[in-house]
Amino acid sequence: MEYGFPLLSSLIFLPVIGAIGLLFIPRKEELEVKRFALLIAILEFFLSLPLWFGFDKTTSLMQFVEKKEWISSWNVYYYLGVDGISVLFVLLSTLITILCILVSWTAITEKIKEFFAALLFLEGVMIGVFCALDFFLFYIFWEAMLIPMYLIIGVWGGPGRLYATIKFFLYTLIGSLLMLVGIIMLYLKGGHTFDILKLASNSYDFKFQMILFWTFFAAFAVKVPMWPVHTWLPDAHTEAPAAGSVILAGILIKMGAYGFLRFSMPICPQATQAMTVPMLVLSVIAIIYGAVICLGQDDMKRLIAYSSVSHMGFVTLGIFALNYHGLEGAILQMINHGVVTGALFLSVGIIYEQTHTREISDYGGLATVTPIFAGFFLVFTLASIGFPSLNGFVGEFLILLGGFTAKTWAGFLGATGIIIGAGYMLWLYQRVFFMKVNEKVAGVRDINLREIITLLPMLILIFWIGIFPNTFLSYMHVSVTHLLDQVNQNASLAQTGPQAFLETAIRLIGG
Amino acid sequence: MSIPVFILLIPFLPLASFVFTILFGRRFGEKAHWPPIIAVFASLFCALIAFNKVLHGFHLNEDLYVWFSSGHFKASVGFLLDELTAVMLIVVTTVSALVHVYSVGYMHGDTGYYRFFSYLSLFTFSMLMLVLGNNFLQLYFGWEAVGLSSYLLIGFWFEKKSASDAGKKAFIVNRFGDFGFGLGIFVVFLTFGSVHYADVFTQVNNVVGNSFNFLGFHIDVITLLAVLLFCGAIGKSAQIPLHVWLPDAMEGPTPVSALIHAATMVTAGVFLVARCHPIYNLSPFALNLITIIGALTCLFAATIALVQVDIKKVIAYSTISQLAYMFIGCGVKAYGAGIFHLFTHAYFKALLFLGAGSVIHAMSDEQDIRKMGGLKSYLPITYFTFLLASLSISGIPGFAGFFSKDEILAMAFASPVGAGKFAWFIGTVVAGMTAFYSFRLLFLTFHGEFRGTEEQRRKLHEAPFSMIIPLSLLAIGSVVAGWVGVPEVLGGENGWAEFLGKCLGHPHAHLSHSVEWALMVISVAAGITGIYLAYLMYLKRPELPISLCEKYPRVYECLFNKYYVDEFYSWLIVQPTIKCGRYVLRGFTDGKIIEGIVNGIPRLIGRLSSGLSRFQTGRVQQYAGVMALGAFILLLFFM
Repeated sequence: MEYGFPLLSSLIFLPVIGAIGLLFIPRKEELEVKRFALLIAILEFFLSLPLWFGFDKTTSLMQFVEKKEWISSWNVYYYLGVDGISVLFVLLSTLITILCILVSWTAITEKIKEFFAALLFLEGVMIGVFCALDFFLFYIFWEAMLIPMYLIIGVWGGPGRLYATIKFFLYTLIGSLLMLVGIIMLYLKGGHTFDILKLASNSYDFKFQMILFWTFFAAFAVKVPMWPVHTWLPDAHTEAPAAGSVILAGILIKMGAYGFLRFSMPICPQATQAMTVPMLVLSVIAIIYGAVICLGQDDMKRLIAYSSVSHMGFVTLGIFALNYHGLEGAILQMINHGVVTGALFLSVGIIYEQTHTREISDYGGLATVTPIFAGFFLVFTLASIGFPSLNGFVGEFLILLGGFTAKTWAGFLGATGIIIGAGYMLWLYQRVFFMKVNEKVAGVRDINLREIITLLPMLILIFWIGIFPNTFLSYMHVSVTHLLDQVNQNASLAQTGPQAFLETAIRLIGG
Repeated sequence: MSIPVFILLIPFLPLASFVFTILFGRRFGEKAHWPPIIAVFASLFCALIAFNKVLHGFHLNEDLYVWFSSGHFKASVGFLLDELTAVMLIVVTTVSALVHVYSVGYMHGDTGYYRFFSYLSLFTFSMLMLVLGNNFLQLYFGWEAVGLSSYLLIGFWFEKKSASDAGKKAFIVNRFGDFGFGLGIFVVFLTFGSVHYADVFTQVNNVVGNSFNFLGFHIDVITLLAVLLFCGAIGKSAQIPLHVWLPDAMEGPTPVSALIHAATMVTAGVFLVARCHPIYNLSPFALNLITIIGALTCLFAATIALVQVDIKKVIAYSTISQLAYMFIGCGVKAYGAGIFHLFTHAYFKALLFLGAGSVIHAMSDEQDIRKMGGLKSYLPITYFTFLLASLSISGIPGFAGFFSKDEILAMAFASPVGAGKFAWFIGTVVAGMTAFYSFRLLFLTFHGEFRGTEEQRRKLHEAPFSMIIPLSLLAIGSVVAGWVGVPEVLGGENGWAEFLGKCLGHPHAHLSHSVEWALMVISVAAGITGIYLAYLMYLKRPELPISLCEKYPRVYECLFNKYYVDEFYSWLIVQPTIKCGRYVLRGFTDGKIIEGIVNGIPRLIGRLSSGLSRFQTGRVQQYAGVMALGAFILLLFFM
């Protein structure tokens, strides 16, 4: 379905053009630079609102579609569109970018112009990733995203930024590389087209699907990140400036899970079904491993980073439960995690700006010193541990219900993550906000108006999704049904379980 | 049919008051208590209307809105009003209202005054949502929300490490129970396709004999369901093995202990079992489990209470023990009796706590009963009300506790299953212990010589008016609350059983009047013996307890240290998990193995090829080149 106005292109290119425009503002006009960046981000947000109001919830077809021939000899199209799976991420991206600009307002003091330019450029390509319906185009956005992120961590990051960026880059690059191979194979096998929808409507033999599944897996698992390829995340988060962490947690790592939904499942349905058990096992390990390791952290950002591993484990658990509840829960949880973890990183960034320490032991008694901040952080903490009436609960509940339906052990073990989650988050809250005031933070001021405005949208979303989740779930119903139909089309042919996994492995090795 | 406004007001007035007070309460300073108090009294008024309507046959089961739906799953916010809800509404709103008033005096001058009252409102709202819900999801919401209020109020004085530890502990221990509860909700949905009580309870007979594949085991679905849901009850109502959080919860301000940790929240587990009685009735295994856990907890907690020296700890263990009585009632299918004890207990236990609060207030925050004594003459009203509550909990005829406890014991005795008789025996023994520790507390606190410091003595004062009024009203409740359920054998009509029977069913067991008389005499004798022993040991011959301790030091140490359960959990679960996180996962698997591989591969490549070692230079252009090369190689490999 097309839309009268090239909305998605505008959403992609407005921030990119804004980023270029920013470079023309004289360097010493710092305030103007910030104001301009904020203006672009706000415009972008309003520009994205038609996606919310104009979205047709009754169809699984792509909407706001734009399709132009681009490189005709390779059959490459400039092809954009959104459906119920991607639309909310575009909106989340436009919102989060505003907050990232606000939180960086005084935190970034060097190369201000370049920083905000990188941020806006990143916004544009991130939206591109969620909208691209042509594999070639998708891959360009996917890789282009790395550059600004790499710079944001590498230039404005903490003392260990060099190691962190190289690790981040290598991990994701190796993953992407394998995906590129997969894309090319698919291009050759699927009738020389990069059209994602067309490629998904073809059916491929099982062996090919398996190869494809694993090449995609390499890219997406690193991005999610799934256990055991998660170790880049704590380093990247710890060293990144607040805005970098927020984008990383809020949007970037969602792309892995998005990839599973958009590519792995529809293109390799049988392989996906055959791989559910190993994937569920990895998800459960991520949930528990990520949660337990949080108990052993001394650094706030590292702790929240590892909690992301655990929470993203829930997302992949929901995806590979391969049923309706699991999938809807997973998509909602991706939004939730973006909101909550984003909010937590914003909060840590706000307090770090004053204290210049992330060590948990340097804190204590902040509830006495900064009561308003403590109130915000408490809501974020509760949302993170799945308190009902806040957003985290709905997603986790549906995911665990889905997991429990698929395999009782998956729901059972996944639910243990909720116990440990309460453990590490409340312990963190206690050590930072409760008990006697630590003299290192005794002079901290409570959050100011700008900081409240930065956190407030997240707070509102947390309550909104928590109390009226149907507003958000209704965007995905039809698309999720469609996706499940695609996967189940060949259900009778597919084998499931570890047996199939072994057989496939033997077949692959033995040729 | 839509939901009448007076029902909506019951929970939402306290919610409004919470939002208002937490946002703006600070500006009201010492007047911050007005919005919560007005809200809770209005809520009480509406609850009385609701109760009256139910008395005249009014029932309600309506959804307010669909909370979330996904596929066939639908969770709503909706209200169910029946006899059970009506009773719970009365308990929650009356005790809450009185505790609000009491707190005006008790919390006077605290820096977090407005915060305290806003949390009270939050709690009241949560508890009312819990009891009013018409489906399992809303029950779960209320369940977690009262847990949150409890967390906030236990840790109200968060500057104290012990208080913030206790709040956190309460939350996390409860999560263990909620884990089972949550899985129980999944099983409910997968079995019945709905989480609404009405849908589930009408279909429950159709699934008798079905089995459910749980972790590879084929378990009878009703038993599985009943046991999983009971896990939640164990946590919330502090039964073995999840009782450990409740004694620590005494770190919270005393009005909180009265409201949340005695009268209302901790009884949610009993409410859950009573609410789900159609399920439990079909699972003899689950019923026996409840009875046995009840009996064991009852004895276990009472023995600890015998030797504690902190006034609030004694009452806390007493609460655990009394909650266990309620579970015994439910376990022998006498749900009405269990709820009856919940009802009477709410008043006399709230009174004990508020009385203790009055003592602590007078003693300048001293809680050790060894340093009290002789307070009777300084705090006459507190003493008198405390005495009434102690008589009530000891099961002295005529007082509220007598009727409800007796009903449970009689039903347990009449129960055809073995667990019932066992529970009756334990329950009767514990009735004696209950009387003993209650009067030990009373004697040590109010009788004898004052053992505190001179400074404390100078400051001793009777509680202010705002605290005396709730004490007196609760004292009346502690006496008369039982009169609604006078058994036939004593010439009553037992209107209580009649009323609740409509909703919870009538127990099948019947006892002859002579047996009932005999049981009654035995339990009263146990109570009087307990009181006499306390009198003997703490008033008449105070050297006796000391010599007993010296004679059996092991036993005394074990009881005094609460059977070392906390230490055991710390050794078995808490420390290993934290150490696993820090040393095994962070230090070893992440730090050595995964990082070793991740950092090792580039290093290896670097050694093998000087060209590729530029991987580590971090130059983007090179990556692009390498990427293309790699892609090409892999492509050749796969094609």
